[in-house]
Amino acid sequence: MPIRFKEKPGIVAYLTAGDPDLSATYAIALAAIDAGADVVELGVPFSDPVADGPVIQRASERAVGRGTRLADVLQLAGRLREARPEAGLVLFSYLNPVLQFSRGKGFDRFCGTAAKAGVDGVLLTDMIAEEAGPYLRSMRAHALAPVFLAAPTSPDARLQKIGEVSGGFVYAISRVGITGAQPSMTGDAEQLVSRLRRYTDLPIAVGFGISRAEHVLEIGRFADAAVVGSALVSIIEASSREIAPAAIGRFIEGLRSPALARS
Amino acid sequence: MSTVAEAPAGSEKQAIPGRFGAYGGRYVPETLMAALEELEEAYAAAQLDPGFHAELDELLAHYAGRPTPLFYAKRMSEQLGGARIYLKREDLLHTGAHKINNCIGQGLLARRMGKRRIIAETGAGQHGVATATVCALFGMDCVIYMGEEDMRRQELNVYRMRLLGAEVRGVSSGQKTLKDAINEAMRDWVTNVRTTHYLLGSVLGAHPYPTMVRDFHRCISKEARRQMLEREGRLPSAVVACVGGGSNAIGAFYEFLPDENVRLIGVEAGGRGSGPGEHAARFLAAGGGSPGVLQGTYSYVLQDEGGQIVPTHSVSAGLDYPSIGPEHAALHDAGRAEYVSCPDADALRATVALSRTEGIIPALETAHAVAEAMRIAPGMSTDDILLINLSGRGDKDLGILTRELKLEGASGKHADTL
Repeated sequence: MPIRFKEKPGIVAYLTAGDPDLSATYAIALAAIDAGADVVELGVPFSDPVADGPVIQRASERAVGRGTRLADVLQLAGRLREARPEAGLVLFSYLNPVLQFSRGKGFDRFCGTAAKAGVDGVLLTDMIAEEAGPYLRSMRAHALAPVFLAAPTSPDARLQKIGEVSGGFVYAISRVGITGAQPSMTGDAEQLVSRLRRYTDLPIAVGFGISRAEHVLEIGRFADAAVVGSALVSIIEASSREIAPAAIGRFIEGLRSPALARS
Repeated sequence: MSTVAEAPAGSEKQAIPGRFGAYGGRYVPETLMAALEELEEAYAAAQLDPGFHAELDELLAHYAGRPTPLFYAKRMSEQLGGARIYLKREDLLHTGAHKINNCIGQGLLARRMGKRRIIAETGAGQHGVATATVCALFGMDCVIYMGEEDMRRQELNVYRMRLLGAEVRGVSSGQKTLKDAINEAMRDWVTNVRTTHYLLGSVLGAHPYPTMVRDFHRCISKEARRQMLEREGRLPSAVVACVGGGSNAIGAFYEFLPDENVRLIGVEAGGRGSGPGEHAARFLAAGGGSPGVLQGTYSYVLQDEGGQIVPTHSVSAGLDYPSIGPEHAALHDAGRAEYVSCPDADALRATVALSRTEGIIPALETAHAVAEAMRIAPGMSTDDILLINLSGRGDKDLGILTRELKLEGASGKHADTL
C-alpha cells in the first residue's frame, strides 16, 4: 500500500508501541486512523533514545520495561494492517533493535517480516544516507519505503543525498533539537522544506514540536503533512487505557479543524 | 562481515578512515551530521597545520606536563618475582589522568571552529575535570553531564568541576551513569549544535571521534616506546591498560601495533560476576557483548536479544560502559590485542598493593590494569618487561576506598607487602 496523504496537510501520528501496553496501542492506533491520521508511525521502544525528549523517553522506558520487542511491534503492525487496509503504516526505530532482529542476516529478516506484516515504510532515527547501502537494498527488495530525516542543519549536498535514497515521504525536522511539543514553530521548517523540494518530488512531512491546530494549519501552507508525536504520547501518559483511544481520536480531529477542538 | 555496512568500501577515499574493519561508522540523527562533517574537516585541516601542532605541543609540554615519566616499579617487580614492571605515569599529568591530552586537542579545535560553548559527559569525573580545566584555560562556557550515581560516587570531582567554573548537570535517566550522561550530552548537542562543540571523552561515538581522540592520545605510546628503547634497549613484552571506552588503552597500544612481538592487553571491568548487570566486560566469552550500534558507532555492545542495552556494574565509575571503542572491537577480532577482565575485588587489592610497594595510589580504573599485571608477572621471566599504562591517580576514589577497604590491619611495615 503506497503512503498517501488524502487531505493537505496529511497527519502522521506517532505512537510508542507498548505504552502502556500493546493492546492499548492497537486500540489507540485504530482511533487515530479513524479520526483522520493518514499514517501511523509505530515507535519501537529503545533503552537509549538519544533523539527523543523527556515525553517519548518516558514512554520508551515504560514500553521496554514491559518487555516490548520489535517482534511484538511487527505483530501489532500486522493486526493493524488487517483491521485498516488503507492506512499508512511506518515503523519508527533506532537502528540497534532492527540490527539484532536480523542478526547475521543483514536486514532481510527484518524487512521480510515487516513487508509480510503489511508495513509500508521504515524510519531509522540513527541511520544516515551514507551508511544505508545494505539497508536500502533489503528495503527495496521487499518493496518497503525507506523514510529518512532531513534537518535544518543539513547542507544542500546532504539534502540531495537524502532525496535520492528516500521513499514514501521525507521527514523534515522542524527545528534543531530533540522531540517534544513546543508552543510555537520556528522559521527553520519552511526554509528546509523549500530547499528539500529542489531534490525530491516525494511528499514532505514536518515533525518535531507539532502539538496544535495552528501548527498544522501553518505546515499546510508549505508542506504535505504534519507529524504529531510527543503531544499524543503525553495524552496517553495522562489518560487511563480505557479513555486514551477516544482522547487521541478527539485530539487528532481537533488538529484538522480548530473550531471543533475549541467547541 | 558486518550486518550494518559494507565496510571498509569507500573509507579509503576519506582523509581519515571512519571504520576499523567492520566497526565504527556514523549512526546519528541527521541533525548532527553537519556538525560531524564540520568537525572532520576542521580536524583534517588542523592535522596539516604546523601552527596547530606547535600550539598543542606547547600546551602538552608546559601546561599538561608531557612527556610523562616511565618509572621502573622495582619493589613490585621483585616481590612478584617475574617480569620487570614499568609504569607510564599518565597519572602525573595536570588534572591527574590521561584525559587532558584529548581535552587540550579538542579545545583547540573548538576554538578554530569558533565554538564558544563546550559540553561533555563524564563517568569517573576525570574527563569532566579535564574539560572544565581546558574551558577555564580558553575562557569557554562549559556544561558537564554526569549521571547522578556517578556524582555520588565521585563527589570530589564534582566539586573540582564546579570550582573550575563548569556547570555540572546531573542525569537521572537509566542507571544514572556514563551511558546516560552521553545520551543527555547528545540531546544537548542536537539542540545547540550550531554554537556548541561536544568534547567527547573517549574513543567512542560517531566518526571522527574514535580516530581523533585516539590521535590525541597517541603521544602515550609514542613516548613510552621511545623511553623504553632508551632505558632498556628493547621493547616491552606486553603493554597492559584498562579499557572502559578505551581511550587510554588505544593511546598506550597504538604505536606498538606494528611491533608484533609486543602483546597488547586490555583489561575490562569484571565487576562482581559474569551475569547480566554484574560487569562491563564486553568481550567476555560467556555473558559478554555482541556487535551492535550504540551512541553513534558499531562495536561490541552489552545487550539483550532484542537489542536493548543491558545494565552494567563496576566499582570504578570510568569503566562501566556497555560498549567499547570500535577500534578495540577490530583489534579484538583480528587477535592483535587480547582482552581480559578483572573483578572489583582484585582491582581494590591492586590499589593497596601499588600504594604500598611504590607509593603510588592508582585510580580504581587503572587498578584493573595493575591487577592484571600482578596476575601475569609471576609467570613471566625476569627478562620480560611489562608496561602498565598508569592512566590516572586515585585521589578521586578516596570516598569509595574508604567504604570498600578497611585498613585497620596496616602495620606500618613495608618489608613485604604483597
